[in-house]
Amino acid sequence: MRYLDHAATTFIRPESRAAMEPFLSERFGNASGIHSAARSVKNAMEEARERAAELLGARRPLEIVFTGGGTEADNLAVAGSALAGDRPRGVITTAVEHEAVLEAGAFVAKLGGSCTIVGVDSTGMVRAEDLLAETDSETAVVSVMAANNEVGTIQPVREIAELMRAEFPEVAVHTDAVQAFVSEDITVQSTGADLISLAAHKFGGPQGVGLLYVRTGHKLEPTIHGGGQEMGRRSGTHNVAGIVGMVAAMEASVADRDAFRKRVGEARDGFEAELSRVVPGLVVNGNTAQRLVQHSHVRFPGISAETLLIRLDQAGICAAAGSACQSGAIDISHVLEAMGFDDVAAGECVRFSFGWVDEASDGAAAAHEVAAVLNAMERVA
Amino acid sequence: MRALVAMSGGVDSSVAAALMLEAGHDVVGVTLKQWEGPDGSLPEAGCCTVGDAEDARRVAAQLDVPYYVLDYVEEFKSAVVDRFGEMYRAGLTPNPCIECNRRVRFKAMLDRVEQLDCDVLVTGHHARVTQDATGFHLRKGFDGSKDQSYVLHMLGQDALSRVVLPVGEMTKADVRVHAERLGLRTASKPDSQDLCFVGTGDYRDFLREHFPDSAHPGTMRDLDSDTVTTHAGTADFTVGQRKGLGVAVGEPRYVVDIEPATSTVVIGRKERLLATGCRVEEVSFVADRPPDDMNVDVKIRYRSPAVPARLERDGDDWVVTFGKPHSSVAPGQAAVFYRGDEVLGGGTITASIRE
Repeated sequence: MRYLDHAATTFIRPESRAAMEPFLSERFGNASGIHSAARSVKNAMEEARERAAELLGARRPLEIVFTGGGTEADNLAVAGSALAGDRPRGVITTAVEHEAVLEAGAFVAKLGGSCTIVGVDSTGMVRAEDLLAETDSETAVVSVMAANNEVGTIQPVREIAELMRAEFPEVAVHTDAVQAFVSEDITVQSTGADLISLAAHKFGGPQGVGLLYVRTGHKLEPTIHGGGQEMGRRSGTHNVAGIVGMVAAMEASVADRDAFRKRVGEARDGFEAELSRVVPGLVVNGNTAQRLVQHSHVRFPGISAETLLIRLDQAGICAAAGSACQSGAIDISHVLEAMGFDDVAAGECVRFSFGWVDEASDGAAAAHEVAAVLNAMERVA
Repeated sequence: MRALVAMSGGVDSSVAAALMLEAGHDVVGVTLKQWEGPDGSLPEAGCCTVGDAEDARRVAAQLDVPYYVLDYVEEFKSAVVDRFGEMYRAGLTPNPCIECNRRVRFKAMLDRVEQLDCDVLVTGHHARVTQDATGFHLRKGFDGSKDQSYVLHMLGQDALSRVVLPVGEMTKADVRVHAERLGLRTASKPDSQDLCFVGTGDYRDFLREHFPDSAHPGTMRDLDSDTVTTHAGTADFTVGQRKGLGVAVGEPRYVVDIEPATSTVVIGRKERLLATGCRVEEVSFVADRPPDDMNVDVKIRYRSPAVPARLERDGDDWVVTFGKPHSSVAPGQAAVFYRGDEVLGGGTITASIRE
């Protein structure tokens, strides 16, 4: 199998698996209990929180809220911020955000707040001043992803945060760093954000666990209600194994990050160079000057992405297009639509994404395998 | 041989996939996403629902074959659903399953078989394809009570050369036995009777929601008494319909005719339904040419027996003359020509002919 869908989810790092193992067997307690079994897991979880806070440059461990994944973290950041006051307030975000942010914004609007969606250019970039122009005293949160999960375009989050801090200091800045963390320097300092979402499975941790960094003093209305865990911000019994595994993967990712950028960046560049050589008219999407090193989002003019993905799958190559709906059919991506792609162009785009397991040489090798499938398709076309 | 199996999530296509695999072929399972709710979800009732796609996926997983959902929503909407509304608007009684087969399943999808690196398209229809020196033949399914050859009459030689219908050789009971033997989860699943895009609801509600202008209120005129009443919309009626007319004249009344221009529904005694023939358009023949012998049997509804008739070309259309008067000829339905168990071809009824 040639796995080129690391942006969807990636292999669990050995450090993460090893860290989780005790919590899947003898260390099984509920972190909220009073007995020794509970203490044992509670300690492990709080140690993990401290390490996560350090890795993100947070001032205090309790600025880290553990969640059930990136979507939950985004919902808590966006809806939680807008609903925290005496009345629902405004959300400002971009047209290329993950659905977790866009739908949370729509939810706020449904409850009487508002959600303003700012457009992007043809590379998927938003301009800080466009966000500022929409901001007013009713705005609770501005949410801009660190990097796009489809095309990989990196947004000017730091610039946006600084501009907001200067013009609207009471407005919180959220960044969904779910896709970016594995390869980009994501900290409170580097982003300037008040809220940062992460999802473990994108950087070598398990699925179903994530976190939200929340700057001290920022108020959140919980979006999941229950027993009051995580200082009331995210109720539900802690997924201790997942939390410990996530933080181990964070540590491993941060330690590997420079090498990842070099190794995986070379793989991606080699992939695109080889593929461009054999596919006339191949278009590389996104902001090629400012994009995640592991992403290659390309358009194959005249070739249906749906057909290509099936042919690739039959050849053992895993790639993606758009976002899979519940049925498994491919929906036209809202990201590409926001970038100005029509349905035909959007229907010819495929995302290949590399991961921590890849070596620099894997890129060209993958391109040859993809090219072989394209050649076989052309023989029947 | 690599087979692209259209898996609806029902027992027939599940077994079709299993039979192809048992015969030593490679199998790729697909479900066509044909219709979706406003939020892009699959329908919850009828054929090809969320649950059906899940059943298909699970069967494919059990058979250990790749499985995909292919998006045909756009093609299906324009070729089948919009046409469904237009035909009702025109006072006709459409058969959307036939339009789907003609324009989506055995056209758009068949065209992609090669693109998906497959050799044949396999479906779970109860009909048979045979081949001899004269070419490919389409025949009734072995299980007469489940025969679906009527809805496949538009297939020509090129299509039949690339279509395999494995369960056409079996009774429905055998299909279920086979599914049970293989432990397929769809073994005892009931047959779906609903239109995939209408679901369990009434097609009339669907029309009112999606094609509000298809409901032309108007008058209902009785040929056999002087009663004139009103009705809520011509789309609520089909030629031959007896129930739901909202009239009580002491003896049964049937819909005899629908006149869209004046929104009039004409009703009358049963004998008014008798037609000596019908006009048929968009006619195709399985052999890609008309038969030498124009004496055939014709079936004018999915669930009515084939009756002797004679074919005659009239410009682009064909005229079917029944051996003896036949009732309930509904324009919009298909007239399918048979000789014995063989399908010769068919088309869409445009009008009944009454002496």
